[in-house]
Amino acid sequence: MSKLSLITKGFVKDNPTFSLVLGMCPTLATTTSAMNGLEMGLATMFVLILSNIVISLVAPVVPDKVRIPVYIVIIATFVTVLQLLMQAYVPAVYETLGLFIPLIVVNCIVLGRAEAFANKNSVVDSALDGLGIGIGFTMSLTVIGIVREILGSGSVFGWKFIAGDGILAFVMAPGAFLVLGYLMVLFNKFLAKK
Amino acid sequence: MVLCLSAVCLVCSAVLGVAYAVTAEPIAQAQVAKTNASIAKVLPPFEGDAVPGSVKLGDVEYDYYKVEGTGYAVISAANGFSGPVTVMVGIDCSGIIHNTEVLSQSETPGLGAKCQTDENFINQFKGWDPASKTLAVRKDGGDVDAITASTITSRAYALAVSNAVEVYRTIVADEGGQDNE
Repeated sequence: MSKLSLITKGFVKDNPTFSLVLGMCPTLATTTSAMNGLEMGLATMFVLILSNIVISLVAPVVPDKVRIPVYIVIIATFVTVLQLLMQAYVPAVYETLGLFIPLIVVNCIVLGRAEAFANKNSVVDSALDGLGIGIGFTMSLTVIGIVREILGSGSVFGWKFIAGDGILAFVMAPGAFLVLGYLMVLFNKFLAKK
Repeated sequence: MVLCLSAVCLVCSAVLGVAYAVTAEPIAQAQVAKTNASIAKVLPPFEGDAVPGSVKLGDVEYDYYKVEGTGYAVISAANGFSGPVTVMVGIDCSGIIHNTEVLSQSETPGLGAKCQTDENFINQFKGWDPASKTLAVRKDGGDVDAITASTITSRAYALAVSNAVEVYRTIVADEGGQDNE
């Protein structure tokens, strides 16, 4: 597999949200606006790349029986570091995403990539895989966020184009399921290869 | 196996220790900056420092910041629709509310969460004189115009502000007592 396709496969073929359908909890919960979705995606990408790198390094020496605990400890470490960094340097972003930053630890995408890719591939390939999947996840979250923000708040990235409220349901949980469902239909109809 | 897991945990905790040490200072600074920004927003422009303090009213301990000669910024919380709504209330020396600001809330987006953005709602508290107007929503016989479809949040907000006024009165009464001694 070429280096480039390692990155681009995360966009469509292995898109974590629409194709693999992983990490649904943050996907549904944090995409109330385009900006929130984008920030959550970037935070996850940070953890994904670093944990992929470290796990591909340690995988050969970790006994099979304890590999899951080891991976989780490594992922949790990066998540906590990210949490501290965000609290220190971007407190406003940290406040919006709040609880969902620590929850990256149990995000299936991160552990999924560790288990399915990083533990049997080289460091460089794993880093690129993390980058690709991370970009795919960020794009999906941003798109869902844009749609929900347009319908729910009448704005895009905080820029308001209609006065008033929009359809409130789209900002709340039911709207998240609706938007995710319809986007998944469109994605599979037009982009996913059979 | 045990060795491997222990080694990984050891390295990870070391990394966390370093990360904590590096970020502890900026985190504290960010929090102070945030509090100061809120105080500056709820009180008239002032010089000098805001001195933190706390006072017990009933069973609840309230934190406040005192700015000598300007007034008090009282932090007060009340239960809204889905959790506490925490408000900072700036009260000047004559007992009039200068401004209020939401410090944290977890109300429904688009409904109760508007207590942070709805200008009609927020601005009604500017220059509010608690002596002549009652801090309760109109439904409860007060003078606060509630946010449409968010009476519970508005009620919590009004209660939090009303408690802050009580706290202010207690502080002033306490300090008056001390001055007489």
